Amino acid sequence: MDYVIQQVLNAASIGGEYALLALGLAIVFSVMGLVNFAHGELITISGFTMYAIFIFAAPTSAWGLLPVGIIAAIAAAVVFERVAFRPVRNAPATTGLLTAFGLSIVVKNFFVSVVGATRPRAVPTPDWLSSHIEIGAVHIQTLQLLEAAVTAVALMALLALLRGTNIGLAMRAAAKDFNTVRLMGIRANQVVLAAFVISGLLAGLAAVFIMARRGAVDPFMGFTPVLKAFVAAVLGGFGSLGGAVVGGLALGAAEVLFQIILPESIAGYRDAFVFLFVGGVLILRPQGLFGRKHQFGDKEG
Amino acid sequence: MLVIDQLSVSYGAIKAVREVSLRVEKGEIVALLGPNGAGKTSLISAIIGLVPASGGRVVLDGVDITRRRTEDIVRLGATVTPEGRHIFADLSVGQNLRLGAATRRDRDGIAADTERMLAMFPILRERFASRAQTLSGGEQQQLAIARSMMSRPKLLMLDEPSLGLAPKLVEQIFGLITELRTQGLTLLVVEQNAYDALAMADRAYIMNSGRLQFSGRSEELLASDDLMELYLGTGTGVHAGAAS
Repeated sequence: MDYVIQQVLNAASIGGEYALLALGLAIVFSVMGLVNFAHGELITISGFTMYAIFIFAAPTSAWGLLPVGIIAAIAAAVVFERVAFRPVRNAPATTGLLTAFGLSIVVKNFFVSVVGATRPRAVPTPDWLSSHIEIGAVHIQTLQLLEAAVTAVALMALLALLRGTNIGLAMRAAAKDFNTVRLMGIRANQVVLAAFVISGLLAGLAAVFIMARRGAVDPFMGFTPVLKAFVAAVLGGFGSLGGAVVGGLALGAAEVLFQIILPESIAGYRDAFVFLFVGGVLILRPQGLFGRKHQFGDKEG
Repeated sequence: MLVIDQLSVSYGAIKAVREVSLRVEKGEIVALLGPNGAGKTSLISAIIGLVPASGGRVVLDGVDITRRRTEDIVRLGATVTPEGRHIFADLSVGQNLRLGAATRRDRDGIAADTERMLAMFPILRERFASRAQTLSGGEQQQLAIARSMMSRPKLLMLDEPSLGLAPKLVEQIFGLITELRTQGLTLLVVEQNAYDALAMADRAYIMNSGRLQFSGRSEELLASDDLMELYLGTGTGVHAGAAS
């Protein structure tokens, strides 16, 4: 029992991290049709900002680094939108995609060559994050518990925003018909900005957890988590917000499951088995678990 | 209220609207008629800023709005009711109306206007919590109009309000448009359904192949079979047949 609870929590925390990132990708995609390949760089920027504060401000406690990491990711998302994506907003989708690739390369290389961070640099996180608590006989890592809880709270807050506020409703409406949203007098820039702020916030939360787990920054740290988040988003149905969450949790569960059931000799191929599973799902449901069937050329979809 | 001067719209090499000039005075209902592909929707889209004008000027209440953003033009008091299928399908009827009032901050006024719209369109009260997607074509059209009214526009431009509706519903929608005018609204109605539109409008403009071909009073057009036949391809005989 003890073991099962621990593994479920394990799956929830990993899946939660993927869900946060996949949701950020899905929100930006649904509102403006942009596949943001630079999403991982939000994590990198968040990590390096925490590192910079640690080095230059030398805080006595690592506590203050957490909000810094989150704010840095939001600010970076806003700057990305303003500087890189807004000028190509009305261009064909491939232009946005290439812009995102370019942005990703520029940011990575900024950290490699300008900051000179070729080796991982250590960043401390509060001790209590890596501590354990005992609930009955169950031994739980605080970080995992927190990760699952924060993900759940973030998702509920997002749901409330999308259902109960004008900007949330406008974002949902804009996913289908942006021009009609503008006919309501709602500013397109505000809707897009809201999408980026939310994606930045979710990436910032994920970044803090990623930092807590690996304890170091390097210029490529955003790549793997966001690659997994893409897989999660596609699994759930790209552009579907509910799908991003379910896809993230399902991917986390699949990883933990294969970790458990694979014999030691082939445990190194875990991700291959996970992708095989994802591939199998997509053969059965090409549009993803929650995606809608699209006909090419049908923009009203 | 609205003055359009030599307005042109191009999509690449294709000229959809060629130097069209027209005016709509305060309190008028003006019909913009013409066959499919005449450039009517392009003209409306250019007025509201959804497509850029390649030439000419649009002036709303003395303010040049030619290069303004759609959302700013709407905030100045003009709006377009797009065809009924442009309701927000995933949102409820109530949420659609709420977004219609997104630019307003007067909670009491919004509540009063919502109530007014629900009184005017009883079906929307019945379906208030339903997803807009589940409404019929006629109900969606009513929702689209009610949603536009929630921003309290001075000038409402309706794009094909009768499209896909049964004759009885067309009559109801056009009756409603007449009623909106009595409440002080100015209306520009784009229609293919020339007879019903002329019956309600004070004046009409006819477009074809991107150009303005005719402008005059509705009675003048209705009274002349020659004009109707020439511009709209519908003599009295056709109308009598269609109406019976």
